[in-house]
Amino acid sequence: MTTKVTEKRMQEREEHPMERLLRMDRIPHIWCPTCGIGTTVTALAVALKQLQLDLNNVAIVSGIGCTGRVAGYTKLDSFHTTHGRAIPFALGLHIARPDLKVIVFSGDGDLVSIGGNHLIHTARRNVDITVICVNNFIYAMTGGQVAPTTPITARSATSPYGNYEHPFNIPLLAASSGAVYVARWTALHVRRLTVAIKEALTKRGFSFVEVIAPCSTLYARLNKLGSGLDLMKFYHDNSVIRHGADPKEVNIDYQSKIAVGKFVDIEKPTYLDCLNNAYKKKFGDKYKPYGGGNGDK
Amino acid sequence: MKADPKNVLTGSHYLDGNHASAEGGIAAGCKFFAGYPITPSTEIAERVSRRFPLIGGVFIQMEDELASMAAILGASWGGVKSMSCTSGPGFSLMMENFGLGIMLETPCVLINVQRGGPSTGLPTLPGQADMMQARWGSHGDYEVIALAPDSPQESFELTIHAFNLSEKYHMPVLVMTDECVGHMTERVVIPPAEEIELVERRYTDKEPGEAWPYEPTEGGVSPFLPVGKGYKFHVTGLTHDYRGYPVINAETQETNVRRLIDKVNNHVDEIIWLEEKDVEGAEIVVMAYGISSRVIQPAITKARKEGIKVGQIKMVTVWPFPEKRVRELAGQVKSLIMVEMNYGQVFLEMDRCAAGKCQTYLVGHAGGTVHNPDDIYKTIKEAVK
Repeated sequence: MTTKVTEKRMQEREEHPMERLLRMDRIPHIWCPTCGIGTTVTALAVALKQLQLDLNNVAIVSGIGCTGRVAGYTKLDSFHTTHGRAIPFALGLHIARPDLKVIVFSGDGDLVSIGGNHLIHTARRNVDITVICVNNFIYAMTGGQVAPTTPITARSATSPYGNYEHPFNIPLLAASSGAVYVARWTALHVRRLTVAIKEALTKRGFSFVEVIAPCSTLYARLNKLGSGLDLMKFYHDNSVIRHGADPKEVNIDYQSKIAVGKFVDIEKPTYLDCLNNAYKKKFGDKYKPYGGGNGDK
Repeated sequence: MKADPKNVLTGSHYLDGNHASAEGGIAAGCKFFAGYPITPSTEIAERVSRRFPLIGGVFIQMEDELASMAAILGASWGGVKSMSCTSGPGFSLMMENFGLGIMLETPCVLINVQRGGPSTGLPTLPGQADMMQARWGSHGDYEVIALAPDSPQESFELTIHAFNLSEKYHMPVLVMTDECVGHMTERVVIPPAEEIELVERRYTDKEPGEAWPYEPTEGGVSPFLPVGKGYKFHVTGLTHDYRGYPVINAETQETNVRRLIDKVNNHVDEIIWLEEKDVEGAEIVVMAYGISSRVIQPAITKARKEGIKVGQIKMVTVWPFPEKRVRELAGQVKSLIMVEMNYGQVFLEMDRCAAGKCQTYLVGHAGGTVHNPDDIYKTIKEAVK
């Protein structure tokens, strides 16, 4: 009886706006209430919908961590890989299938610490993938340890007396390494973030979007910053829109103003453009431009 | 399926083992190579980078070996045959994503041109001391397939064979060569393309929405799901069920890990490749793999001339270990001898399987040079007593 009622309800109810992108059979997700990852995933879902991309041609790759779980919830060809290695895995997938839109969705620890080398080199090569980096200033999945993004004086499980290491300015890292599109928004700038993700997805080359997100359970609690929602509002209210700002000037201090906006939007040949141009020049008509492998059944 | 003639340099060549390995990969249809320079393996990457542009392949020199291994997994999921090569320290770095390849059940080939270790060790001199790392180098329980070529000719042939095994069993397959084979130049005969048999990837014939990446099948290997075709599948390095979804409990762990183990263990008779000579009626059997299987020849010839009944087994596959055959032999012979350029890594397996039923001897050293045949001869004399 109960089953029948549930089935009827399921049929009658409207499709959830996120259903197109989410694996509903894996919901509920593991993220804490007021975590910033949720709105970021929503922004991706809306961006993909507005761009009217055929979702069969979109693949997503994540590393490890809270944000690393995104690949597991998105109804795309999705890969949950090793810690830090989402970008090189995505590079291989992209080169094999340049016709697919390949998105890397991961956290600051994954992309900037253990995966930092891959981030800078893939940006340097201008590989045509989009990286969405949720920065919550902390290693959340493992219990709130200090990250290379943790602002000075912020407390974490492994910086109990306050962090004293200089943190990374991620947009500067991405821009100086060669990214052709770099933007930063907070998790509460959902509309602007959606626009940025749309721009990043349509940009040819290595595009990078940083999302400043609250970690309610660890960062907010360890630093006595109120609830996750308080922190989300704080980031939003303390952000200053500075489109075109020099990435050198967008570093984030503890509970400081946060420069947001589109910092870099330039044109540059992609990795595969460069490869094809160089070989075309060398071999002339003998060279057939590389178009990818056969993913055909 | 036969090899594509465009990829095959049919003819007689004078090549070193590394160049021959590269040609083997290319003949097998490899179209993506990600690697990082490291002695003594680099010639493989160099040859691939020269050969690929005109045959539609992409060579990329990555920022490190961690990235190289991750990239070939990504490309393989993109439907392209992929490989990498490395040595000692690079092999250590690749172990992380080698494990991911095992867990995601990703076909690809990794060539380790072994040098002396540990650490930086002997970059320009041979060793065979990565054999246990090949077996257990990534964390967790799993089975591996590792082949050991003894010559440039076998470097060519076994690289093709490695691709075929990887596509058959959906796993990264190791070619464990060494500096000596890698830099030894000999005649390599590359046959016509139509004589090279290739195993192509088997994709699901189910429709999107009906297929899962790790469905139980009789052989333990599910058909592959292609990307970009609407299957919208998920795969993860976490313990997962047949849907590819993470499930964190002991029961799923058991099913998942058993699957990885059983798909190899249930096919050991097909996978294991031994070349035996004079084993019938032998009192002593010398076992070796890779270059060491050639180095034992003068010692065996000398001993046989003296009337000692000594046979030999060349292990073309080292992993999975020929457990059944060694147990059988242990009941028939007086002694088993393992010759390897390490201090007894594969010997441990031989000794375990002999289970005290015969004498076991190791002719081992720390690497840097092949064995002196006299040391092997002396051990044969000792073993016959």
